[in-house]
Amino acid sequence: MTAGLMAGKRGLIMGLANDKSIAWGIAKACADQGAELAFSYQGEALLKRVGPLAESLGSDIVLPCDVSDGESIDKLFADLKERWGKLDFLVHAIGFSDKNELRGRYIDTSRNNFAMSMDISVFSFTAICRRAAAMMPDGGSLLTMTYYGAERVMPHYNVMGVCKAALEASVRYIAEDLGRDGIRCNAISAGPIKTLAASGIGDFRYIMKWNEYNSPLRRNVTIEDVGKSALYLLSDLGSGVTGEVHHVDSGYHVVGMKALDAPDMTYDKKE
Amino acid sequence: MSDIQDRTRKIVVEHLGVEEDKVTENASFIDDLGADSLDTVELVMAFEEEFGIEIPDDAAETIQTFGDAVKFIKEAV
Repeated sequence: MTAGLMAGKRGLIMGLANDKSIAWGIAKACADQGAELAFSYQGEALLKRVGPLAESLGSDIVLPCDVSDGESIDKLFADLKERWGKLDFLVHAIGFSDKNELRGRYIDTSRNNFAMSMDISVFSFTAICRRAAAMMPDGGSLLTMTYYGAERVMPHYNVMGVCKAALEASVRYIAEDLGRDGIRCNAISAGPIKTLAASGIGDFRYIMKWNEYNSPLRRNVTIEDVGKSALYLLSDLGSGVTGEVHHVDSGYHVVGMKALDAPDMTYDKKE
Repeated sequence: MSDIQDRTRKIVVEHLGVEEDKVTENASFIDDLGADSLDTVELVMAFEEEFGIEIPDDAAETIQTFGDAVKFIKEAV
């Protein structure tokens, strides 16, 4: 076997929930190419899930972190520094909103949920990148997850669309701030994937069907698709790429109207 | 009919790691089978995948016991 693309690289994966998670697709792709991984989790319910998955990839570093708490993030990176000293890459696959506000009208979003969603889904990436960069004296790669709802209006995505737009903007600013230190910062804009987090989004199945019928590749993407593209951005294959929002969405973002061969899909409110 | 029940039970047993005979008609996923709130969402996703059906959120919230799940799935397939 040839040396993997990620041989000798150490990375922290944040936001793994279960084996349907996008973070899992990325973790597997990195581990397959020789990366050494650490994982963070929030709460016992997630530890129960993350622990066995981490173990299956040969990782024994599974650390708690509440990204809404600066001290908790400090502790995570202090612990990681003790174990590893240096870090080569980071994957942030974290977002949160009250699911009652992921349906109906965006304009009805409450101040509290807006602030919380921005804090957990946007600021956390900036806060984490700052700590991660301090552990990357030889350069590194930072990656977060976004969605097309940041660029165009998608039904029910609402406040998360606004959050993802802010997240994408922060990717560009972080890329500039850290570029001189050889640290790259990018985002993957994945097409809809049925994950635990997606179960909070209204009419998700309809959205998936629409994407399947209307994207140039005429299929939905998988966590393996996202993992392979992440590998490019996290490894030296992406060495000249930073500040990028890379679409892994079967090409859906280039489409201007319904495909002629796509079946009509009547929206049945009752489903 | 019983095929649906068996397939549903198999999913529950595998997902929650419980004994097959514990998964009775009235067994509550949370109270009797040790499911947490994420398990209930994951179970619903697993049922949807296994049976190729759609379980909307408001319906998912009414599925509290194994019997509830089997009844919903039988009506949906």
